[in-house]
Amino acid sequence: MRGVFLVAALASVLAVALICLFLFAQGFPAIMEIGPLKFLFGTEWKPKQDIFGILPMILGSVYVTGGAILLGVPIGLFTALFMAKSCPKPLYRFLKPAINLMAGVPSVIYGFFGMMVLVPAIFELFGKRFDMMSGDSMLAASILLAMMILPTVINIAETNLRSVPQELYEGAVALGASHERAVFKVILPAARSGVMAAVVLGVGRAIGETMAVKMVAGNQAVLRLPHEFLKGVRTLTTNIVTEMGYVEHGSLHNGALIATGVVLFVFILIINMLFSVLNRDLPRRRRGKENAPNLSKEGAAL
Amino acid sequence: MIQNAMILLRRKKPMDWVRFLLMWGCGLATGAVLLYLVGFIVVKGVPHLTPSLFAVEYTTENQSLFPALVTTLLMVVLTLLIAVPFGVFTAIYLVEYAPRGSRLVRVIRMTTETLAGIPSIVFGLFGYIFFASWLGWGKSILTGCCTLAIMILPLIMRTTEESLKSIPDTYREGAFGLGAGRLRTVGRVILPSAMPGIFAGIILAVGRIVGETAALIFTIGSVIKIPENLFSQGRTLALHVLQLSSQGHNRNEAYATAVVLLIVVIGINMLSETIERRFANKLK
Repeated sequence: MRGVFLVAALASVLAVALICLFLFAQGFPAIMEIGPLKFLFGTEWKPKQDIFGILPMILGSVYVTGGAILLGVPIGLFTALFMAKSCPKPLYRFLKPAINLMAGVPSVIYGFFGMMVLVPAIFELFGKRFDMMSGDSMLAASILLAMMILPTVINIAETNLRSVPQELYEGAVALGASHERAVFKVILPAARSGVMAAVVLGVGRAIGETMAVKMVAGNQAVLRLPHEFLKGVRTLTTNIVTEMGYVEHGSLHNGALIATGVVLFVFILIINMLFSVLNRDLPRRRRGKENAPNLSKEGAAL
Repeated sequence: MIQNAMILLRRKKPMDWVRFLLMWGCGLATGAVLLYLVGFIVVKGVPHLTPSLFAVEYTTENQSLFPALVTTLLMVVLTLLIAVPFGVFTAIYLVEYAPRGSRLVRVIRMTTETLAGIPSIVFGLFGYIFFASWLGWGKSILTGCCTLAIMILPLIMRTTEESLKSIPDTYREGAFGLGAGRLRTVGRVILPSAMPGIFAGIILAVGRIVGETAALIFTIGSVIKIPENLFSQGRTLALHVLQLSSQGHNRNEAYATAVVLLIVVIGINMLSETIERRFANKLK
């Protein structure tokens, strides 16, 4: 039976290997044919003329994610502090499931909400003054993504804030600090790396989000500058999803889209590594109990 | 408790009031965002929830969501059939069998973490390249299920692992002490007690399957019919909402379908949370 369990355990290894193998095997030839520099730093994406530069999309992903972090992280962080240290129990009993539900709401629903509420609101506010064609914009995508990363940021940050030893808080309070001061000046700095981990995971979610962004970002494959946040953008993810549907199989265009996926995949791998580095040093210090020798297991092995 | 209240009532400096307002403001704002989101969809959608939306056939005049609902159910069952055995067995291997700190365990952990972080569009791309093209399954229910199974594997694995770990070692020692072998201990003692936790994880996975779009759009197709076999194309509820919302003239149906999807997701979440809470109480 041990063998059966082992084989099952190897399935996830196989899956990751296959994903890497197939993405890279189909993406790399295209990158080589286009030229790695031309592909990564090309400012024009014109599939009909065989021009494939994904810099606009890379920047689009960076802008939209940056905006989401700028809006979402402060709100998420303060909410996490509230949840961990200040929330009265009856309210907590409502708020915690609400935040978990927020994590479970499908991205189409967020996207649909963005389409029907955010986009018209942005058009109403800025449309005339800035001569916008529609409300689909970087700003809409950033706000929507900020909403979507909130639960991730809150839950991870809350867990890490809670794992700060209570003695630190008590010490601060004993020295005469008010509750708020103790929370902001003692507990928050003590959970720094955990909070960073929450932010990094939020970045990962924002950069990988596809459908919701596609529905509100305007989808224009044009190089933008950060101050053009009222104009439409296209991200790496939406580039794939927009054109994969009608692309000719085996063409260079097809390869370029898969290569876009490869670039996204590499971004995500870097972010994941960052996350596990940040998340690692916290548990090791704080969850000492878990690392205590597991008697039954050692006993059985003997 | 009284002490606590006295700390809270301590004289605050202006900066403390700012911090107080930031925490309360953001906390309440987060709750308000969710309420607004859910409220908006429900208020706009419920009036359009007509019986005709649940007609067996989808036609251009009547945008019935019934075929999509059936397809979604089918996808959930098939995907779980593939993913649950792999996920649960992996967790059993990691927690109950694997030698501690072995290199293999570290590799498996690392790959699972990687898998958990991959965005769904990349899974979709992989499913399209591997299952649909390379294996030649085309856009089909089967391709979609396999793609989703890989996607939810880490979720099932991790929740199972957590609940296996939460079983006190005294259970294992007791079983060993009575002469049970490892397999019998796992099968008769550990798994039954960990079942609610595992179940809660599976339900979370169902939520992800139901809500998924990016991983399915190139793998399952978009034919709106109840699938006849594993190689038929199909369209899940989430995909249906996506398609309806992109066609300007079907907004009302889109709202109504979104309500149904939202209700399903909320139900799933509540179920998962209830089970988890019961489980946690029982182990105490």
